Amino acid sequence: MSISQIILELFEGLLVSVQIFAITLLFSLPLGLVVALGRMSKNSTVSGITKVYISIMRGTPLMLQLFVVYYGPYYLFNIKLNPTYRNMAVYIGFIINYAAYFAEIYRSGIQSMPVGQYEAADILGYSKVQTFFSIIMPQVIKRILPSVTNEVITLVKDTSLAFSISVMEMFTKAKALSSSQTSMTPLIVAGVFYYVFNFIVAYMMEKAEKKLDYYK
Amino acid sequence: MNLLEMKNVKKSFGDLQVLRDISLEVGDGEIVSIIGPSGSGKSTLLRCATLLENMDAGMLKYEDEIVAKDDPNGKAVYADKKTIKRIKSVYGLVFQQFNLFPHWNVLRNVTDAVINVQKKSKSEAEKIGKELLDKMGLLDKAEYYPYQLSGGQQQRVAIARALALNPKVLFFDEPTSALDPELTGEVLKVIKSLKDLHIAMVIVTHEMAFARDISDKVIFMADGVIVEQGSAEEVFNSENERMRLFLGRYKDIL
Ligand SMILES: Nc1ncnc2c1ncn2[C@@H]1O[C@H](COP(=O)(O)OP(=O)(O)OP(=O)(O)O)[C@@H](O)[C@H]1O
Ligand SMILES: [Mg+2]
Repeated sequence: MSISQIILELFEGLLVSVQIFAITLLFSLPLGLVVALGRMSKNSTVSGITKVYISIMRGTPLMLQLFVVYYGPYYLFNIKLNPTYRNMAVYIGFIINYAAYFAEIYRSGIQSMPVGQYEAADILGYSKVQTFFSIIMPQVIKRILPSVTNEVITLVKDTSLAFSISVMEMFTKAKALSSSQTSMTPLIVAGVFYYVFNFIVAYMMEKAEKKLDYYK
Repeated sequence: MNLLEMKNVKKSFGDLQVLRDISLEVGDGEIVSIIGPSGSGKSTLLRCATLLENMDAGMLKYEDEIVAKDDPNGKAVYADKKTIKRIKSVYGLVFQQFNLFPHWNVLRNVTDAVINVQKKSKSEAEKIGKELLDKMGLLDKAEYYPYQLSGGQQQRVAIARALALNPKVLFFDEPTSALDPELTGEVLKVIKSLKDLHIAMVIVTHEMAFARDISDKVIFMADGVIVEQGSAEEVFNSENERMRLFLGRYKDIL
């Protein structure tokens, strides 16, 4: 197999990895905010449940969570799902895991906001919803962007865990090619792809941080 | 009719009784200063009047609307949300720490609530905002962000922000305590200039000369009660011992 064929194969895998990455962010970022609000809720049932959820998501391996999401329906409820569920399982597993991490980041950001911002908004007559979305959240986003960047970069690398339930993303392909060709080359090419992927992500996050540099 | 009336207001934090039976009235366009030693409950009183804090007992009334009054057990009960929302448009508050919104420029800080709370058009809001910034001597700073301004300028923006909503009474909680002496002067001058707007002002301050010069009424608080109230002349010349003791510290400037 020529190097260009290897690159082509892995590039197809890369597209799958990028897809996992993008879909995870698209859903886990908003879901994380909902979870954070649940975690801070005055209702002790709601805050209790979200606290346990976050703790489980952060306290067990993501790979194990993927297994549970993928095989759980069959082992636990005897539901037979068709093989395309594989991709869905990866999305669900990643989204609920990352939502928990993002929730904690949102929570720390929201709790770091000075009470004076809420009081000024209250006196001016803003509703709670207006205060949250137009005064608190924009400032929270600026505060948490560095932590979010860390998670996002971890996510790029974590997409490779999808190999554990045999989703054809880049790492799964690289591993298969490497053993069929008895060669390191596919792994090295995959490494380069991951590095470039992360480089682009880091660059874009840096841009975003710069964009929010207009105030202190 | 009084603009603001508070009667027999009580407020504790845990075991600490901060307000013990405070009653006061503020008339239309009246300028009231509240003075007194640190910890006497001045900020707590303003926070109860502006609903940042709920009082434990007592009556609070703006114009003819009751915001809170005692139930038969002597516990303050607050009006429904709609009434409270309406009441909030009657007053404004200027904080010691300004509390501007750092992610908005000066003009947006002043106009946003006019647009999104009072639902006026953007062009009308900007007209109001620019007029007020001009009055504050800050028109050239309209596009600046709060962090680019001095403390005195930030406080003047905060005053413009409060005035933009056209309140009938404006509360100030030590508006110059976070400022250097030079900057204090410029902010006090601006507050004095508000006299011709004929809105009522309730000002908690440690600037005794300022309080004496500007006020229609001075209230002296100590340990959660009003010890003395009356015209500036009456209060500053009071023979009350606590008053004398307190003013002693300011002898050289009065
Ligand atoms: N949220 C709170 N929880 C507990 N105690 C409080 C709280 N707010 C105020 N206090 C206490 O109530 C007392 C009165 O405080 P307050 O801030 O009203 O005084 P003040 O007259 O404004 O003083 P200063 O001139 O220093 O601003 C103080 O002993 C203060 O520690
Ligand atoms: Mg105070």
